[in-house]
Amino acid sequence: MPDLACELLNLRLRSPVVLASGILGTSAALLERAARAGAGAVTAKSCGPEPRPGHPNPVAVDWGHGVINAIGLSNPGAMEEATLLSDARVRLARLGVPLIASIFAGTVAEFAIVAQTIARASPAAIEVNISCPNVGDEFGTPFAATEESAAAVTAAVKRVVADIPIAVKLAPNVASIGRIASAVVAAGADMITAVNTMPGMVIDADAGQPVLANRVGGISGPALKPIALRCVAEIAQAVNVPIIGTGGVCTGRDAAEMIMAGATAVGVGTAVWYRGVEALGQIVGELDSFLRERGYRTLADIRGLALRPPAARLPGPGNS
Amino acid sequence: MYRPYTVVDIRTENERTKSLVLDGSLDAEPGQFVMVWLPGVDARPFSVAGDAPLTLMVVAVGPFSRALHDLHRGDSLWIRGALGHGFRFPERMPGKRLLLVAGGYGVAPLQFLARRAVEAGARVDVAIGARTRTEVLLSEAFERVGADVWVTTEDGSAGERGRVTVAVERVVADRQPDVIYGCGPIPMLQALEAICKRAGLPYQLSWEARMRCGMGLCGACEVHDSTREGWLACTDGPVYIDEGVLSESSGSPEVKA
Repeated sequence: MPDLACELLNLRLRSPVVLASGILGTSAALLERAARAGAGAVTAKSCGPEPRPGHPNPVAVDWGHGVINAIGLSNPGAMEEATLLSDARVRLARLGVPLIASIFAGTVAEFAIVAQTIARASPAAIEVNISCPNVGDEFGTPFAATEESAAAVTAAVKRVVADIPIAVKLAPNVASIGRIASAVVAAGADMITAVNTMPGMVIDADAGQPVLANRVGGISGPALKPIALRCVAEIAQAVNVPIIGTGGVCTGRDAAEMIMAGATAVGVGTAVWYRGVEALGQIVGELDSFLRERGYRTLADIRGLALRPPAARLPGPGNS
Repeated sequence: MYRPYTVVDIRTENERTKSLVLDGSLDAEPGQFVMVWLPGVDARPFSVAGDAPLTLMVVAVGPFSRALHDLHRGDSLWIRGALGHGFRFPERMPGKRLLLVAGGYGVAPLQFLARRAVEAGARVDVAIGARTRTEVLLSEAFERVGADVWVTTEDGSAGERGRVTVAVERVVADRQPDVIYGCGPIPMLQALEAICKRAGLPYQLSWEARMRCGMGLCGACEVHDSTREGWLACTDGPVYIDEGVLSESSGSPEVKA
């Protein structure tokens, strides 16, 4: 039996599948449900300084090769979120599943305030969402767009939550994601989550209009996977911190690819649309089968495999 | 993705309710819903009131439903679906006795369900509760498919005076239904659920919730009460199914059709 346990810094995950932020992470009950379904860790939906209702409908649609969404960072605000997270942390502790909080803000100073508020709930880690593509008009260019702004947010958050590890969530649509990863690690990031959704637009030709009320949104699902794999590979070669590889992972084989690109853990989100909440456990089971069939014993056997030259003899199904 | 449909007929059900008949059919089960999109306006969930042709019943309660009321024959609207899990029939339908309980505008999916149930050989009783006579809708439609109909109104202007639960208690005692199906306002569903639990009767209730993504992702439509938590109306529901006393200990709120 392959060992699917996964060390993410000081966190021990029973599986490398992490519920991605923005999917089901709006209540303690839903976070617990994701954990029971098989997630090794769960990430709450991003919260900001103040409550936000989010964008009007339509906020999401399956356009054929993936999903596009612009939910609009709906959240109850950091104060109420801290209560929700405390409740979730207690429920998840019984299952041995770490809780990752997620925060966003409009300024560097606000990031620090939100981080401080959320830290009171003692999450196992805090994901710093500097890359949501759906609120550009209100929050300007995402902080993830430049090394300077990404590092500034990272340093500000790290300063106020020194004892909680932080994962900085990067955007795929940047000139050099490796350089941005290096900048946030130099500024104190303990981990990287890569990537957020890819900005896009879906137009209904009959209506002659964008489908999303926000007109533009973030692309996720299968269309995002090759983009995410390339980003993760580049980050893995640039920095030496754990990466939660996220983007289009829908099967155990996708998860294996993400780990081969250099990820330590694998974020899963849109797969819940294609396969239900059960996707989380199904991906773990499929990854287990994939490793077993090829004679791999641990996730370390495949981590970063695609970054190295091919081995003389490749293990295949039934070839182990 | 959304697909365009054209409005081919509009039926006025009462002063604030219209049924929109569209120019195509939709593969849908009773209890399933569609997201209806008017570009530049909004998108909202509506239960399927009929599948062939696709029919929606729209009560003017807000800006979006009023925009739907403003549509004319020949106008377009966009549909995504059918979505979610609808009502399920018990095994060996012929001879089964079904009680359908509608609160106000909850008649729409239940009338679709009644037609399918009678076609499958069940005997159907229907209890319709409304505030007043003009809000009792589709009772003739239920009778046309061969159902027995009981009507209650809170002001006594039609049928028996009182809430629908009064009629339900009596029909449960007199006709001993095998399953109870309900659609209506949440307080009615909760009262109905309490009756079913007391009687140990299997029940299926269509829940209403604010829906955003309609894809089981955003969490907006989570229902959280004494019976359900972490339950998503859009993909786990909208129909909540309880198999009755025998399976109550199974504990899982998840139901896949």
